[in-house]
Amino acid sequence: MKRPKTRAKGKNVPAVTRVTLAPSDAASWQYAPAPETYDYFKIAPRYGLFIGGKWVAPKDGRRFPTLNPATEEVLTHVAEAGPADVDRAIKAARNAYERYWRRCSPQTRAKYLFRIARAITERSRELAVLESLNGGKPIRESRDVDIPLAAAHFFYYAGWADKLEWAFPNRHPEPLGVAGQIIPWNFPLLMAAWKIAPALACGNTVVLKPAETTPLTALWLAEIIEQADLPPGVVNVITGGGDTGAALVRHPDLDKVAFTGSTEVGKQIAIQCARLRRPVTLELGGKAANIIFEDAPMDQAVEGIINGIFFNQGHVCCAGSRLLVQESAIELVVDKLYRRIQSLRVGPPLDKNTDVGAINSKAQLAKIDELARSGEQAGRPRYQTECALPSRGYWFRPTFFTEVALSDRIAQEEIFGPVLSVMTFRTPDEAVEKANNTRYGLSAGIWTDKGSKNFKIAAQLRAGVVWGNTFNKFDPSSAFGGYKESGFGREGGIFGLLPYVKDRWRSA
Amino acid sequence: MAQRLSVRKTLKLFIGGSFVRSESGRTFACELAGQTVHAARATRKDARDAVRAARAAWAGWRERSAYNRGQIVYRLAEIMETRRDQFEQALGIAGASATAAQREVSASIDRIVWYAGWCDKIEQVLSTKNPVASPHFNVSSPEPTGVVAVVPPPAPALLALVSTCVPIVCSGNTVVVAASHEDPLATITFAEAVATADIPAGVINLLTGYAAEIAPTLAAHMDVNALDVWSSDGEFIEKLAELATDNLKRVRRHAAPREIFWSGAKAQGLDWIEPFVEIKTVWHPAGV
Repeated sequence: MKRPKTRAKGKNVPAVTRVTLAPSDAASWQYAPAPETYDYFKIAPRYGLFIGGKWVAPKDGRRFPTLNPATEEVLTHVAEAGPADVDRAIKAARNAYERYWRRCSPQTRAKYLFRIARAITERSRELAVLESLNGGKPIRESRDVDIPLAAAHFFYYAGWADKLEWAFPNRHPEPLGVAGQIIPWNFPLLMAAWKIAPALACGNTVVLKPAETTPLTALWLAEIIEQADLPPGVVNVITGGGDTGAALVRHPDLDKVAFTGSTEVGKQIAIQCARLRRPVTLELGGKAANIIFEDAPMDQAVEGIINGIFFNQGHVCCAGSRLLVQESAIELVVDKLYRRIQSLRVGPPLDKNTDVGAINSKAQLAKIDELARSGEQAGRPRYQTECALPSRGYWFRPTFFTEVALSDRIAQEEIFGPVLSVMTFRTPDEAVEKANNTRYGLSAGIWTDKGSKNFKIAAQLRAGVVWGNTFNKFDPSSAFGGYKESGFGREGGIFGLLPYVKDRWRSA
Repeated sequence: MAQRLSVRKTLKLFIGGSFVRSESGRTFACELAGQTVHAARATRKDARDAVRAARAAWAGWRERSAYNRGQIVYRLAEIMETRRDQFEQALGIAGASATAAQREVSASIDRIVWYAGWCDKIEQVLSTKNPVASPHFNVSSPEPTGVVAVVPPPAPALLALVSTCVPIVCSGNTVVVAASHEDPLATITFAEAVATADIPAGVINLLTGYAAEIAPTLAAHMDVNALDVWSSDGEFIEKLAELATDNLKRVRRHAAPREIFWSGAKAQGLDWIEPFVEIKTVWHPAGV
């Protein structure tokens, strides 16, 4: 199939390219449905808060529905924790910190964490289904990436719990106390693992607030923790929205805040914590450059581009949302990319054939749509997967824009959806210059056949994670976190322990 | 015979390797050894110029080999040792006793030597090779954060200046310092040593004047990556920390400790370097 050539040179040229595909094209292949079943576990009609080892109703009785974004059906109702609930969660965590957790032997802490890791693996199928049901991501991803990585994260940090003196030689690491942790909706269970595992390993207790739209796997994790017999209050899970998070951050008896989410909210939290003299780590937005040199292995690179931006519907803070292609290779890359997106299967998250699932929420869909429209208004040629979309639920076709300018909104703002902005460069210096031309600095990708070029360019990019000939790879032993306005602090590896031990620079 | 009339020194700012007056032409008066001297009073514009100089110097400084940075920092110690009379005199004029001045200068020089030896070890001590579960060579290692604004405590003027700035610079950052107005002589004498020690222009920029005037500009500056603030004024620290959130600067904040702290073992360490580095993880494919 040929990519239609469009050049946006004037107002007369239609900015949107609509393509009619021949019947022989990949998009028209028939696939038998292959849905994952979930008749072996039940979702209760309502859920409470997990505080002090008990399931309790919210003080003021407020609950809100949580949906399946692929069908807009209500899955269940979860509690909306108010200030009084936040307060009891923190009291429970404080009590658990003083009475059990700081006193318990490091090896006991390690063994609890190992238990959690094992239990996640045991219930991985159920958790994967739940993650896809509540968040909209393809079961292939929740099954192969989210859940195994969450278990691996607990397993990795379990081992650190009784070896902290080796992680920080000469520094006598001590826990901070009670950590308030707020996580996003894009990798709900994995982010819970990234937050809870290192905090507990270092001897802290936690109050975790999952994202408003994706509370379910965090509640399942709470049950796993309950069944692992952790001392009551070591982990508390309170569901709610932005107000619950704000109440948590400003609570007077908190020793640490960890947040993953948008740069906008992250800055508000940073101001609060600056006033409260409270240690904070932030993992925020990104606008990663994915740089394709002319000597790159092109078929592999195109797969990397796809994985970089369409993995998890592009709801990834480190998504490769700006594609920088060396000018001599632009036609080839764009043609291949166009062909490739036509074979992406957009559809039910629980179907094992699905590549791209549902957009997480109505609000997010509106935001993606608005930004994509700005790309059209700027006159950038638009290409997208031409496929039928389900009639209900929140969907957005995998999309890319070519001829994007650095100053375009779609090149500067985080879209957090399946929308890629394609730009070109001539020299390696220009690639670095353009890649660094952003307020963010979370990640970047480099595609080249030359190892020395990869290392040289990687050293010049102002980003916390740089992938060479790969993208969106994660490992519990490998540090992850941003430069500049993508936040500070690292998660993963030895460096992921640092935010949860006492730092001498806290006296002012 | 008539006594020789001495030549007095104009007390200037040190920006981008040059000694300059404040762009505003303003000075502030201070009493040093019974004599009124006027030192340059940096303005917000001077602070912005200093940030520009620091940013311009940054790429060259961080790309030097760590060994070379170590040699240059060591050179600073050499220069200061040969000029120690001048440093002792400067501290003496500001009121230190002869022995106190000697001690402070010795401690400052020894601290610089200590950090000179760190330059090519930071990356070794703060790096990890990660055993990832895929065919990749995976390392996490430190890089300099960028341009760092430093607000050192007023005293001890030389030792606190050295103790805060040198560890920040030795990992490859560049600094803009809003130095204390109480003893501009120590700052300027240090600037003269920096200027002759092969430290590239713009790596260390020293502004005399009132920190309360210029530090907020540095804390809010969008091209400054980190802030190091020492003060006995909690509200001042809080204000700067809040301004620093606008572009999410890395902030180290500390109440000004007692002077004795600065000569102790806790006033140097790897944890003086670590707040001003970023950990970068690089994934490199392994295969044939």
